[in-house]
Amino acid sequence: MMMLIPRTETSTGWQIATPIMAVLATMITGGLLFAIMGYDPVAAIRTIFWDPLFGPAASYSRPQLLVKAGPLILIASGLAIGFRAGIWNIGAEGQYIIGGICGAAVALAAYPGEHWWLFPAMIAAGAFGGWAWAMIPAMLRNRFGASEILVSLMLVYVAQKVAAWMAFGPLKNPEGFGFPGSRNLQQYPSASNPELIAGTGAHWGVFAAALAVLATWVLMSRHIRGFHIRAAGLAPRAARFAGVRPETLVAFCLGLSGALAGLAGIFEAAGPAGQITDSFGSGYGFTAIIVAFLGRLNPVGILLAGLLLALTYIGGELAQLTMQLPAATVQVFQGMLLFFLLGFDLLTRFRITRGVPA
Amino acid sequence: MIDLTTLIPMLMAASTPILFAALGELIVERAGVLNLGVEGMMIVGALAGFATAVATGNPYLGFVAAAVAGAAVSMVFALLTQVLLANQVASGLALTMFGLGLAALFGKAYEGIKAPAMGPGPLGLNWIVWLGLASVPAIWWFLNRTRPGLILRGVGENHDAAHGLGHPVRRVRTGAIAFGGAMAGIGGAFISIAIVLQWTEGMTAGAGWIALAIVVFSNWTAPGVLAGAWLFGGVTVLQLRLQAAGVAVPVQLLSMAPYLATILVLVLISARQKFSRRAGLGAPGSLGQNFHALR
Amino acid sequence: MGFPRYQNNDLTKGTNLAETAVFRAERIGKSYPGVRANDDVSFAVAPGEIHALLGENGAGKSTLVKMIYGLVRPDDGQMFLMGQPHHPADPRAARAAGVAMVFQHFSLFDALTVAENIALGMENPPPRRTLSDRITQVSHEFGLPLNPARRIATLSAGERQRVEIIRCLLQNPRLLIMDEPTSVLTPQEAELLFATLRKLAGQGTAILYISHKLEEIRAHCDRATILRGGKVMGSADPRAHSARELAAMMVGGQMREIDRSGRVAGDVLLQMENVSAPAPSAEGTALKGISLAVRSGEILGIGGVAGNGQEELLSVLSGEVLTRPGSVTLEGRDLSQAGPEARRLAGLLAAPEDRLGHAAVPDFSLTDNTLLTAGGRKVLVRNGMIDHRAARAFAEEVIKGYDVRTPGPGTAARALSGGNLQKFVIGREVMQAPRVLAVNQPTWGVDAGAAAAVRQSLLDLARAGAGVIVISQDLDELMELSDRFCALNEGRLSDPRPTEGLTLDEIGLMLGGAHGMAEAQI
Repeated sequence: MMMLIPRTETSTGWQIATPIMAVLATMITGGLLFAIMGYDPVAAIRTIFWDPLFGPAASYSRPQLLVKAGPLILIASGLAIGFRAGIWNIGAEGQYIIGGICGAAVALAAYPGEHWWLFPAMIAAGAFGGWAWAMIPAMLRNRFGASEILVSLMLVYVAQKVAAWMAFGPLKNPEGFGFPGSRNLQQYPSASNPELIAGTGAHWGVFAAALAVLATWVLMSRHIRGFHIRAAGLAPRAARFAGVRPETLVAFCLGLSGALAGLAGIFEAAGPAGQITDSFGSGYGFTAIIVAFLGRLNPVGILLAGLLLALTYIGGELAQLTMQLPAATVQVFQGMLLFFLLGFDLLTRFRITRGVPA
Repeated sequence: MIDLTTLIPMLMAASTPILFAALGELIVERAGVLNLGVEGMMIVGALAGFATAVATGNPYLGFVAAAVAGAAVSMVFALLTQVLLANQVASGLALTMFGLGLAALFGKAYEGIKAPAMGPGPLGLNWIVWLGLASVPAIWWFLNRTRPGLILRGVGENHDAAHGLGHPVRRVRTGAIAFGGAMAGIGGAFISIAIVLQWTEGMTAGAGWIALAIVVFSNWTAPGVLAGAWLFGGVTVLQLRLQAAGVAVPVQLLSMAPYLATILVLVLISARQKFSRRAGLGAPGSLGQNFHALR
Repeated sequence: MGFPRYQNNDLTKGTNLAETAVFRAERIGKSYPGVRANDDVSFAVAPGEIHALLGENGAGKSTLVKMIYGLVRPDDGQMFLMGQPHHPADPRAARAAGVAMVFQHFSLFDALTVAENIALGMENPPPRRTLSDRITQVSHEFGLPLNPARRIATLSAGERQRVEIIRCLLQNPRLLIMDEPTSVLTPQEAELLFATLRKLAGQGTAILYISHKLEEIRAHCDRATILRGGKVMGSADPRAHSARELAAMMVGGQMREIDRSGRVAGDVLLQMENVSAPAPSAEGTALKGISLAVRSGEILGIGGVAGNGQEELLSVLSGEVLTRPGSVTLEGRDLSQAGPEARRLAGLLAAPEDRLGHAAVPDFSLTDNTLLTAGGRKVLVRNGMIDHRAARAFAEEVIKGYDVRTPGPGTAARALSGGNLQKFVIGREVMQAPRVLAVNQPTWGVDAGAAAAVRQSLLDLARAGAGVIVISQDLDELMELSDRFCALNEGRLSDPRPTEGLTLDEIGLMLGGAHGMAEAQI
């Protein structure tokens, strides 16, 4: 009989090994899935994980890596802080959408004037929008004890409706020939978020993501607030005893993750997406949850995990083009990855021994 | 303007998916497990049910298949949380993401096909609606009047004590999770087979999350779940009626109503639970905590 | 070795008790990774006997009874119940064989009713109504009245124990195991419990009584088997030996003498005036009009049965719960609106009862756990940034100063034994040189050596001029430490009385006497 013995110290080796094991297990299971569906499993895995970086069309797809990884890392850095404290913001997708709308609204209000302050103002508005949207679940939890999980998630659906309303109504491009969607900000110099270094895909959002990784690392490992966040997640009563007010922590964690998601939203709206449409929310907010877990809620891990999931996005698109693999494949992949990760996580917390047979 | 003979079937139809899913989750949570994967199990049920109904031409077989499929995917969650002791919140989220992806992947082939017709049952409501309504007293009776129901509540209230008395905590919970999966599957299939009559990607549109909120609203009781499902159904029908009546409010804003209503209800009920101190009210004692028998 | 040796410890061989015994263990052994929890344990319990299993925390008592109750399986050895081999696969099998157990931490379900709780502990409970009638009947028969329809959450600790006992009695057990049952009872309630046990024993039930309280075992038990380090040290008639002799067998070393000398009561340091606080949860206790004063150089002892507001009182002192302005003052300074960190900076420190999860974060290293309370006072945090090196140094200082047995400051708190972690927690607070220190259950679940060290450090702290508040269920401890004694009962604090000259009966009355047990009100 197998027995689980809790480890007295969490194993660093396993902490690094388990995400790698999870990725490998996902590849193997995914390969089986492809085989069942009638695709060549080796070719599919290669198309998703290898070709975007080193394949024949790599020069086109490589810059996409940073374009996709930027928002994922930015959002996941914020989410991970809340998850550490046991505060579950799963509505980052909604905060991302509202951030994008708020920032874009500032730009569209100033249109067509060219001002040096416009882009910074959009960034501020985007962060504020995400923050404010996240403060709704924070306030409802603090005042009434409503579950932040359910409220933040419900607000994703509301945000999607808001985006649709904006695209068809207030923010609709008057010169858009009746098509839904706002003006394209890429064609508005003061408001656009262009590729800063040609051929890399790096726009302002990518630099913001790098900064977020650095800042959250300092916060979580050097600052007393990060210490309190970790304590609250592991032992809420001990954190209270240390002097942490749970309400403050809820507002801080939700607000910070909301602001970062809002930032990701405005960088996207002013850059790669270019405009607000009814399908502006593209799932970054949900995928970032996987990024956060795959990165073990650790800033450096999140950096790597964000790049990996960005790779699956690009690889998935590539496989769609070259192999006619359905678009949902990537979603299944991401779900499986999270399953394996959670399952293998057991190894970091327990030792498995052969128990004494009864 | 409001005709009861059409309104009541509409309300019943709108509330049935949520009713099934929430009743299933009620059993899961009373056993002390928080499964956030309801949305994922519903959409898998919606596809499996629809595919089976189309293949066999029998919508009722579709519901059976949906129950089986829902229970089957829920076992992934059971494996993660009951055997591998993974975090329940994260595992539930993973189940939702996986279910949505899986259904989207295999659903492509079913787009644009029409579901076989379901005959109306008594009083113009189909049999699945009646099954949902009958489940409410049945689950109430199971929880409050049977020994397995008592053991299930005991396991959810204090798993250490239940283990100490020799009750099989993991087995009870795994069973509850399977039941929750089956009920979510049926609820999802009701959307594809009986409401929309076809398959579209992401068609559950948050119903699973609303079901989770309704379990909180119900204060973890079966009659409360029914009330919550009807309330939700009422808001949905009202919103559709207003859209049809051409009220001067953008469609997108009207269609927020179910989600906003869910938040409102959640806030009101949480506030009541927070500020009233009546003992025994509220969530099961071990809700969301994993059980590991040490020594 | 200067202790008496007991020759008659091979009870299981030869004598006719081997045949008549209700329960018999022969050479039972059980190992866990790194620990030999039970080693070659043999003893027997006769019908109608109240048999004490005596030992310190960690002596292996719990493991032993868990094996009898089917929660744990022995690695080697044999057990017999009524002469038949007893190898229960789970508690159900043990119950079916005639074993019943009352747990130390109640195995009750707060949200369920008394009747439902009892039904969950039975194999084939009768229909609801019949069961309720039988509960009422049996509970009156034994003088333990209970209303079957009440929810557990609304019951007192004494009443909860009644539910556990009735649950056992309804199964007509041959062997009743009681794990530290009096730790939650007032002296008078304990007397009533023993009367019940005596009655049961008179009907032929064998009772295995687990405790580390020597006096009650000497007063009430027919026989005692003493465990130390997983081994049987001997079996004796407890009435024939002094508490000191039993203690020597139990602890296995010279008892450390406590030095109470040199303390001088000075000015009032901490004052609480008419402090009230609502119950933090449905199971919590509201504090009602609590007033107290602690002087420099003084130890104020607060006794009472757990669940009467001890945790709540500590959280009002620590600053986790704030009270009316002016209600808590330290050296004349109003701290009632100050949170935990501000109170620590002002000199009011606290150590809560629950080591794992309240006083310390189980998964944090000892270094990180110093940051929990010493960040400000020891300047381990500057401008919000953590000085990890200083924290580690302070952790090492505590480990050294308090003889905490651990590989180093990087070890997780949960890897430490109860005694070592408690020494660390107390040391962490004492070494911050508090003006006033409040501790709750400072030696609960701690081995004798660590308990003595903790008590001595509290006395030393008071001698150095600090005020100390000790909240404890252990009356012996309070008698040993405190200068003045008051009782906390249902959220109310009695007036303090000098400890010198207080009798156990007087204390019992201060603690609320036999409330709940004697009153037949339901």
